[in-house]
Amino acid sequence: MTKLSLFLGCIVPNRYPGIEKATKLCFQRLGVDVSDLPGASCCPAPGIFKSFDKATWLALASRNIVLSERLGRDILTVCNGCYGSLADANMELKRDPEMRASTNNCLKGIGMEFKGTIEVRHIIEFLYKEFGPERLKDYIARPLDLKVALHYGCHMIKPSKVRNLGETECPIFFDELVEATGAKSLDYTDKMMCCGAGGGVRSGNVAVSLEMLEHKLACIRRAGVDCIVNACPFCHLQFDRGQLAVNERFGTDYSIPVLHYSQLLGLALGFSPDELGIEQNAVQNIEFLAKVYEISAGLR
Amino acid sequence: MSEKLVDMLKTAGFDVLSCMQCGTCTGSCPSGRHTGFNTRRVLRDARKNKAEVLSDDDLWLCTTCYTCQERCPRGIPITDAILELRRLAVREGFILPEHRKVSEMVMECGHAVPLDEETKKKREELGLEPIPETVQKYPEALEELKTLLKCCKFDQLVAEK
Repeated sequence: MTKLSLFLGCIVPNRYPGIEKATKLCFQRLGVDVSDLPGASCCPAPGIFKSFDKATWLALASRNIVLSERLGRDILTVCNGCYGSLADANMELKRDPEMRASTNNCLKGIGMEFKGTIEVRHIIEFLYKEFGPERLKDYIARPLDLKVALHYGCHMIKPSKVRNLGETECPIFFDELVEATGAKSLDYTDKMMCCGAGGGVRSGNVAVSLEMLEHKLACIRRAGVDCIVNACPFCHLQFDRGQLAVNERFGTDYSIPVLHYSQLLGLALGFSPDELGIEQNAVQNIEFLAKVYEISAGLR
Repeated sequence: MSEKLVDMLKTAGFDVLSCMQCGTCTGSCPSGRHTGFNTRRVLRDARKNKAEVLSDDDLWLCTTCYTCQERCPRGIPITDAILELRRLAVREGFILPEHRKVSEMVMECGHAVPLDEETKKKREELGLEPIPETVQKYPEALEELKTLLKCCKFDQLVAEK
């Protein structure tokens, strides 16, 4: 099977290290060879860098890609933003000789060259294609008795023309991976809507960003779930830390736990909540924690 | 800005003239539900070559969720065109102060969100190294990044004009 290097990005190592740990534990258990990617930087953040300057975006992204080319490994991303940024840059540099020449001209200054020898993968896309829900079920040690509101996030599946993961209005592949853990993925209003964080909106227009988030949270609460599951640390941060900000701003009392898919899968593979950093979230929901500890101990 | 907006967009591969102003984009926009952001109007004003498109802060209300682009019956890559308009706006010096700060953070430490003491502790609780295997751990990697940013004249681009 493909050898991978784990691209951490910014939010995972610097805010939610539980996702880093969970990803490593899961892939180890699944027998996939995943190494570190020493010296990698910000992907760079598409909302800012792709909005600012294409040459800079490509230069920074290509450096990260070359680091993995040197290891002879495909890049594994656990973030929709990093995936979008790196996969798009990789694709553009592979197909556009002019862009590649000017980017390589820049890379020459640090003794690097983009060769176009590797692929950029997303954890969900990788697990779906290389394992699939049926094969994944063979690894499940603790089937999860949980009701889940799944949030795909935008940049894993869109723009669909380049992502090639099927249609975007009502996709099901990620739901299938969630249900492979034993959890139930419930439908809810505006499931495919953006969390409100991307495109520089969370950093530049926080009030708007939180209004969008509040709408999502209201829809999710109505569905009556145990937790939200995502595959993007920026969505994760928005749902988790943003939830507290929403409560402060709108006087609401949301307390919906948030898990990255690596953490959900980790629980089902038999790892304990504290190994996966689930307690390190901003949202502290004691009832939920008790439930996942019971599952983890084989008590339910 | 001497060149026409519509021509600049066309050079970059975005034919906004094929827009028939149906409004599917605006009706699909999650940001537009909560704000005055009107995607259809952005496209209309761009093809009318209105310079205000670039100076209007509304351009930065798009979360780049790509729903408008997926649904456009004319197949216009609308979100990508909005990103192109933003790049033109930045060249004219229109940058939100918060976004300037994020750029400066990346220029300084290689990350948009830098490591903090609280997370170092969380990492140790998980049995991870307190400093992750990123540019933060390797000064020579950060130097490489700074060389690239200089090569692209990124600091000049985001400097206050």
